[in-house]
Amino acid sequence: MKGKAWKFGNDIDTDLILPGRYLVLRDPEDLAAHVMEGADPEFAKKVNNGDILVGGTNFGCGSSREHAPIAIKGAGISVVVAESFARIFYRNAINIGLPLMEVKDISKYVSEGDELEIDMEKGVLKDLNTGKEFEIKGLPEFMLEILNEGGLIPYLKDKVNEIKQ
Amino acid sequence: MSMTMAEKILAKSSGKKEVEAGEIVMANIDVAMTHDLTGPLSVESFEKIGVSEVWDPEKIVIVFDHQVPADSLDAAQNHKIMRKFVKEQKITNFYDVREGVCHQVLPEKGHVVPGEVIVGTDSHTCTHGALGAFSTGIGSTDMSMVFATGKLWFKVPETIKFNIEGTLGKHVYAKDVVLNIIGQIGADGATYKACEFGGETTENLSVSDRMVLCNMAIEMGGKTGLVEPDQKTLNYVNARSDKSYEVFKGDEDAASLEIMDIDVNDLEPQIACPHNVDNVKGISDVEGTPIDQVFLGSCTNGRIQDLRDAANILKGNKVSDNIRMLVIPASREVYTKALNEGLMNIFVDAGALVCNPCCGPCLGGHVGLIGPGEVSLSTSNRNFKGRQGSAEGEVYLSSAAVAAASAITGKIEDPRDLK
Repeated sequence: MKGKAWKFGNDIDTDLILPGRYLVLRDPEDLAAHVMEGADPEFAKKVNNGDILVGGTNFGCGSSREHAPIAIKGAGISVVVAESFARIFYRNAINIGLPLMEVKDISKYVSEGDELEIDMEKGVLKDLNTGKEFEIKGLPEFMLEILNEGGLIPYLKDKVNEIKQ
Repeated sequence: MSMTMAEKILAKSSGKKEVEAGEIVMANIDVAMTHDLTGPLSVESFEKIGVSEVWDPEKIVIVFDHQVPADSLDAAQNHKIMRKFVKEQKITNFYDVREGVCHQVLPEKGHVVPGEVIVGTDSHTCTHGALGAFSTGIGSTDMSMVFATGKLWFKVPETIKFNIEGTLGKHVYAKDVVLNIIGQIGADGATYKACEFGGETTENLSVSDRMVLCNMAIEMGGKTGLVEPDQKTLNYVNARSDKSYEVFKGDEDAASLEIMDIDVNDLEPQIACPHNVDNVKGISDVEGTPIDQVFLGSCTNGRIQDLRDAANILKGNKVSDNIRMLVIPASREVYTKALNEGLMNIFVDAGALVCNPCCGPCLGGHVGLIGPGEVSLSTSNRNFKGRQGSAEGEVYLSSAAVAAASAITGKIEDPRDLK
């Protein structure tokens, strides 16, 4: 996985990711047209398929709106890398199949526009502009399973009756 | 094994004798709430799972509150999707546009009792912990799993217990206490944790005030708010619900319990300043800041007690000509009480706009948005950039009393200074 970094700060809340006035929308493409609009009104026009969002601590804090990760995924962002994530956003992203990665101090070392390369197997993120490597904190096994299935819905398909029991 | 209140509730709901923080459990859900904004995505996801019927139509509660009445064709369409779902799935607990904000309607209508596990597709679902339930906000896809199976997985949280001691001064309220706590520990200070509120001050607070504390648990990252049930809780619940329930109390020596002492004796009214809820200052640092709009309402401070506090201050006064004030009762029950007590006359006479029960401008999607460069003083729970409209606007958060006092002078005003 390789992509260009877009950098945001600490406490990037769901209103910055997707302002409340767009919550009436449901289509991923419609939502993607407003992704990160609260933080950067031009962002949806600038972002390209495969780009990577880089945040500081408490990324995704605030509302439970799943529209936020849907907008990010809909815009073609391949992964969100942050120092820590807020709880509901974390679950929502994995549930819709948007990969998240926790990397210590990432926002201190990566600059906007840097080319990042992610080796999932080794659990390493490399900044190709600086050569610096970072260790990725692995997802809990249970969540990794959901993510590998492409999200909670495909994961549930053959397990729903078993869970119901 | 000693356990916290949160651990005991999750143990019971997952059919285990004991659980410990960090463990993943599959819990049986007692109440699943969704609303007009996050409901349509939940329904869409549910339909993709391939199960034709929800697990229990009597345990699902649907409330229309965010965009009521519909303010756009998209909102009207969302309402239609939800009404169709209610009919098809024979959901018995449906509150259409008239009833009010979900977190007020749920306890009022007896859906919340101690010891249950409640989930809602709204982050302020943590409010219901004020009645001793484990209650938390989830996303729409998680909700679709609940619709299909009646279950959801949880990581058992650690608990941070705030032992609140001291007497609140004049015009100092639960909102000031919880803003002060958030200012101390930060917007992610309790991430993944259950936030339990205890101590003498909490014991002396009304059920409404305890809801204010628990409502704001998410603003420090908390998974749920909790208050140990006492006679006040049981009186509230017994008057409104015929469900049977079990009361759980946490053990003081539980391994995952962290205690933080909070002294409120000298606390002054608190204000959360733009653009983060943990940017909290005492009112003396920000009084005099000019404002353009006051919003009294929301699931945080739109209850009858808040309207009474505000009306007491506004009585015989006028809202400043330089600003507008919106009063939005949190529910139809609150609205009716306020009418019967003559509070609405006070608001209207003062020049405030009274709207129907709904979320109002709290999340910037419906009525009363602010424009670029405008400043809102709000009794709601979030002041994020762009939260109430323009990203170039600013939102300050306060108690109902500060909101009312500020409406009179048109700037952030300490109610203790008014004659």
